[in-house]
Amino acid sequence: MAAPLLQVRGLVRRFEGVTAVAGVDLEVAEGELVSIIGPNGAGKSTLFNVISGLDRPDAGSVHFRGSDVTGARPEKLAAQGLARTFQHGRVFGNMSVMDNVLVGAHTRLRAVRPAVPLLGPLLELWLAAVRPGRVRAEEAAMRAEVKQILTLFGDRLLPRLDNPAYSLSYANRRRVEIARALALRPVLLMMDEPTAGMNESETAEMQEILAGLKARGQTILLIEHKLEMVMRLSDRVIAMDDGRRIAEGPPAAVRNDPAVIEAYLGHAAMGQAAE
Amino acid sequence: MLGPWLDYTVNGLIIGNIYALLAVGLALIFGVANLINFAHGSVYTVGAYIGWASITYLHTPLPVTLLLVVAGCALLGIAIERLGLRPLHGRSRIAPLLATIGISLVLDQLVQLLGSPDPRALPSQLPDVRFQIGNGTIGTLDLLIAGIGIGSATLLYVFLRHTKLGWAVRATAQDQDAARQMGVDTDRINLTVFAIASALGGVSGVLVGMYYNSIDPNMSFDATLKGVVAMMIGGLGNVPGAIGGGLLLGLTESYGIALFGSSYRNLFAFALLILILVLAPNGLFRWRRDLPPEPLTGTFIAPSRPVRIPRSVLAGITVAAALLGLAPLPYLLQTLTNGLLTALLALSLTLVAGTVGQVSLGQAALLAIGGYASGLLALDLGWPVDVSVLAAGFITAALGTLVVYPAFRMRGHYVAIATLGIGQIVALVILNWTGLTRGAMGLTAIPPPSIAGVELTSVRSVYWLSLALVVAMALLQTRLLAAHLGRAWRSIREDEVAARSYGVDANRYKALAFAFGGFGAGVGGAVTAHLYSYIDYQTFSAQLSIVALTMVILGGLGNVPGAILGAVVLTGFPELFRAAAEYRMLAYGVVLLLLIRYRPQGLLGTV
Repeated sequence: MAAPLLQVRGLVRRFEGVTAVAGVDLEVAEGELVSIIGPNGAGKSTLFNVISGLDRPDAGSVHFRGSDVTGARPEKLAAQGLARTFQHGRVFGNMSVMDNVLVGAHTRLRAVRPAVPLLGPLLELWLAAVRPGRVRAEEAAMRAEVKQILTLFGDRLLPRLDNPAYSLSYANRRRVEIARALALRPVLLMMDEPTAGMNESETAEMQEILAGLKARGQTILLIEHKLEMVMRLSDRVIAMDDGRRIAEGPPAAVRNDPAVIEAYLGHAAMGQAAE
Repeated sequence: MLGPWLDYTVNGLIIGNIYALLAVGLALIFGVANLINFAHGSVYTVGAYIGWASITYLHTPLPVTLLLVVAGCALLGIAIERLGLRPLHGRSRIAPLLATIGISLVLDQLVQLLGSPDPRALPSQLPDVRFQIGNGTIGTLDLLIAGIGIGSATLLYVFLRHTKLGWAVRATAQDQDAARQMGVDTDRINLTVFAIASALGGVSGVLVGMYYNSIDPNMSFDATLKGVVAMMIGGLGNVPGAIGGGLLLGLTESYGIALFGSSYRNLFAFALLILILVLAPNGLFRWRRDLPPEPLTGTFIAPSRPVRIPRSVLAGITVAAALLGLAPLPYLLQTLTNGLLTALLALSLTLVAGTVGQVSLGQAALLAIGGYASGLLALDLGWPVDVSVLAAGFITAALGTLVVYPAFRMRGHYVAIATLGIGQIVALVILNWTGLTRGAMGLTAIPPPSIAGVELTSVRSVYWLSLALVVAMALLQTRLLAAHLGRAWRSIREDEVAARSYGVDANRYKALAFAFGGFGAGVGGAVTAHLYSYIDYQTFSAQLSIVALTMVILGGLGNVPGAILGAVVLTGFPELFRAAAEYRMLAYGVVLLLLIRYRPQGLLGTV
């Protein structure tokens, strides 16, 4: 078997007196959908932050596409094809849906962002002001692609292309975030609770979308509380508690793992997790 | 030999005590309100004037004077919180920061109107006895200041540690929502903290006045800065740290003066500030490595829909403005020229503060760099003025970006503080680099603006030049904003974490914004210098940076026509109503406060 797409070894992240991530190992192979479950405070989002470069680990390593990216800057990871969504949503409020998703395509732009060392930034100013044909063509192609991506959500977002993101419903903002992530054409898509705050029918809709992405061969690392959805979608499930990986394997096996049941029963988060 | 050093140490500790009193107040306020109170120095000034008034008119003895100052400033702090800040609760997080700037403008001008613009003597009310300690001496006032410093620190400690209200304050500082859920009346806590902090600020004002036997309305800006520097040294919101920071700052300044002379005093303070911000943003007294604190992530600016002005209307206004140049109204044209040159500054600020979200409080330093660059090239190297102005644009773009670079990794309030400090450093370097800049003498006999050897001496021609520059920069800026570059810029403002996660290299785009804005502002400063024929290190003061920010907010953050409108209106109106000229800053302050309260998106809206 080829080296996994993402390989996390012994990752540790401590905050003042609290070890949020305590030596986690994790592998995601190409085309796989791996879910991370666990009660609130288990360290899932911290793990995401460390992998995606927003936070630095105290120990351990992260390898992405075969190279060591431990503590790399988020810009660099994005350029290598890692896209993520955020637990609480981080859309660009005062920007239109179109612009939000276009920022997602930032790393793929070639014509406006010439890869020239040193003079690159100045050239970028120049190209933004002059806009030769190549730049305009690229922009038009990206806009067309954004519309294409948004068809994924039916008519949820397409009629609202020019609306500022702050005016959207909560569920629609989550969708914008996912569209933005897809615009990066991610090699690995990391989603932090994509259905948080969604009702049942919206959740079902999102589940369909994720299933569609998976069918297309998209590699996905998912944090999710809604166990039913996790069971349906995942190739593999990793359960975390107190910053540690307590179980790993096929969905059904993890669900019935005594340690997992104990972790959920031991926490007040049980009700939420059993949804 | 040791004698003077002991004196410098004592002096440093005494001044450090004053800074500590200021910093403790700022730290308390930051703790509960998550806000750097830019009005703190104004409260300090008000305290000094209350002390002066009560000694002069009521002939109060010292304890009564101090009591009046404490009471007056506590009330003022309550008023600031209740009337100025609480209505902004739940608004975008830039709102309270701007409100405290507005409040400080209003308070300073009121002090100036009620007191006097000139310095006043503030007698110390203590017997002038100095005690010999080794080779140095220590005076009664020194002892009083030390006593008040130690006394209030002890009281504060007891209050925070051992009273119920103090616990509530600490709980609120840790987590306002959680505290509220546990039944803490956080509104009352905020009021309490503002009252305590302002009382401490006022006391430090009156003590400083007695120490130097002089007070004046302009002392507030310096006080805010020093308090903020001291607090940053100790760590944002860290109360014991603030005391240490104050003492350290006082000592640094005192030794610095001893070694290099007093014109370097503030340079040390600000250099220390930038060092701390860059190397230890959590303050000196916290060593743990941690995510940099993010006081201002999330919704930074108010949601808004910009007013779309049809191009034909903008073109029509431009033509009308050009035709206005033919009118025989030299005074109007002169005023408009000033407005237009300020618009170049406002355009650069609306780009960095509005579009990229880096609220710069030192933007006027770019004008200074441009003005000096062009002035010196023309005076010392004999360059033709059109060439030197253009060169000044490029020099400012490069130099401006370079000096602001330390602020790139910061967010929110930190950027505001850092740029404020950087602006001051630029002015102080100009003052002290006598060999290049002629120091306090300033640049004199700067040649008038010229194009291809033809001097523009008429009011009309300079007006047209300024108009052309503004229109050109505005068109260019609009074009950049409509490109992908504009998108990348705005994504940084909206959410830097998300932007970086999508590959937007924040430093690169901030640098581009400062470079482009620096070019425009540099050209503006250069033309201004040639127009005035004289500039010195104070021509482009920090006050101008604040005024420019008001213009940008008036027009709408990031809004290009808005910035020009804001600049022309705010420069023009005080001039047209001559009688109101002395109320200028008061008017700016009131305009700022009203805008934040009732139209936070500005006249034309955030873009």
